[in-house]
Amino acid sequence: MKNLKADFPIFKRFPNLVYLDSTATALKPKPVIAKINQYYRHYSANIFRGIYDISEKATYEYEKSRKIIAKFIGGAPEEIVFTRNTTESLNLLAAGLGQQFKGPVAITTTIMEHHSNFLPWQRLVKKRHGRLSIIGIGQSGHLQKPLQFINPDTKILAITYVSNVLGTVNDLPSIIKKAKKKYPKLIIIVDAAQAAPHLKLNVHRLGADFVAFSGHKMLGPTGIGVLWGKKGLLENLPPYQLGGEMVQSVSVAKTIFKPSPHRFEAGTPHIAGVIGLQKAAKYLQNIGLDKIHHHEQKLAKIAIHELKKAFGNRVRILGPKESEKRAGVVAFNIADTHPHDLAQILNEQHICVRAGYHCAQPLHQYLNANASLRASFYIYNNETDVVKLIAGLKRAVKILT
Amino acid sequence: MDSLYKSIILKNYRHPQNFGRLKNPDKTVQANNEHCGDRITLDVKLKNGRLKDIRFWSQGCAISVASASILTQAVKGKTTAEIFRLNKNFVLKKLGIKLSPNRLKCALLPLEAIQKALC
Repeated sequence: MKNLKADFPIFKRFPNLVYLDSTATALKPKPVIAKINQYYRHYSANIFRGIYDISEKATYEYEKSRKIIAKFIGGAPEEIVFTRNTTESLNLLAAGLGQQFKGPVAITTTIMEHHSNFLPWQRLVKKRHGRLSIIGIGQSGHLQKPLQFINPDTKILAITYVSNVLGTVNDLPSIIKKAKKKYPKLIIIVDAAQAAPHLKLNVHRLGADFVAFSGHKMLGPTGIGVLWGKKGLLENLPPYQLGGEMVQSVSVAKTIFKPSPHRFEAGTPHIAGVIGLQKAAKYLQNIGLDKIHHHEQKLAKIAIHELKKAFGNRVRILGPKESEKRAGVVAFNIADTHPHDLAQILNEQHICVRAGYHCAQPLHQYLNANASLRASFYIYNNETDVVKLIAGLKRAVKILT
Repeated sequence: MDSLYKSIILKNYRHPQNFGRLKNPDKTVQANNEHCGDRITLDVKLKNGRLKDIRFWSQGCAISVASASILTQAVKGKTTAEIFRLNKNFVLKKLGIKLSPNRLKCALLPLEAIQKALC
């Protein structure tokens, strides 16, 4: 991977920045920033409504993004719903599917979910007097016997593709295939927030019914997310919010909604965000998702090796040890230090990492970890960043113990 | 470098005062910082409206442990009314550091716990 830092203007302003928090949000490359800027400067009109050139240009670019994102994940444009983020995509599903099911709703999820793929389901089963089954993980950080947690009553399997703490890449194509074979009616929802930016995503090969991800984690603008759904399922799903843009006709007596995806995009959307996202997808495709995944795995492998070398038995790495089954996320603890202190001292050396639960408290409870420190790698990181991280940690540990 | 990890913080973190549990406390309280997982348990003994003794137990970060160590020393012997008058500024002055909003929560957790114990 060639050095891409020059494409990211933030490094011009902070040349010493060691950014290791891409799991939270990715930095933005020039083409994305330029595209957003261009919308606001050259054609910042509303979409769909205007019978004038700049509105038509905005509509064209907005719908072009839908096609590009569809292609990015191997889906069809009419299966792409633009939302605010992964969280909103998942809440939209919980609200819509909740209305469709009759009786108690049994849902299966995993212990490694981000709160956004846990809380909507926890609330839904509580409201509907259903049951939430949780797939656990083993010592290796992999899911244990996922099929055993699904039964004929299970309506939904909500599962993450890549853990935002452990870095585990779940073998979803295989899990989904087996689950669908045994339970053809089971709705499978994939949280791809940590997958879409880092590995080649093909919704059909995956076999899921719905896939949710965020724009900002894949170099795109904040405030824009994606929900992909199988066309037939989206068509049957009731709209999430009601308002402008999502109706075919409205009268005092009766309202007819537009077909999907537009029925799920009520009100003026984040037009600049959607348009900016197409450049993010293009940028990633130009590099190649396989290459990106490989690069991150390499950095994670070096980081894990160096952490062990530097801190020996004092370091506890959460998640899989083998690099081929993980993504570029490394969460860990160092004995006798608190993650917050380490992160704070690293910050004094311009190293950005994350400390805490990373929106995965059930997982930390399961692992009996009070909190953890997380370093995550993306396309603009290199081996020098890993070296700086280790040196920074050594310094921090020396100060604290 | 304007480090938060000044000697006063580190001294109190490595060797916290009033650390541990009290025998037969009048009251025990817990306070959590859900953001980072800091958790503090506080035992207090009161006599004639004054805080007679106090101990804390925590698995927190350096800022929260140091703050607990320094604050528990500062409040011992004070009246309940005096302790309720203590605020953010008092804690920061005692610690002698400036904190970002995120870390402020760590520093203020012990005060929150102490005031909760006296309710």
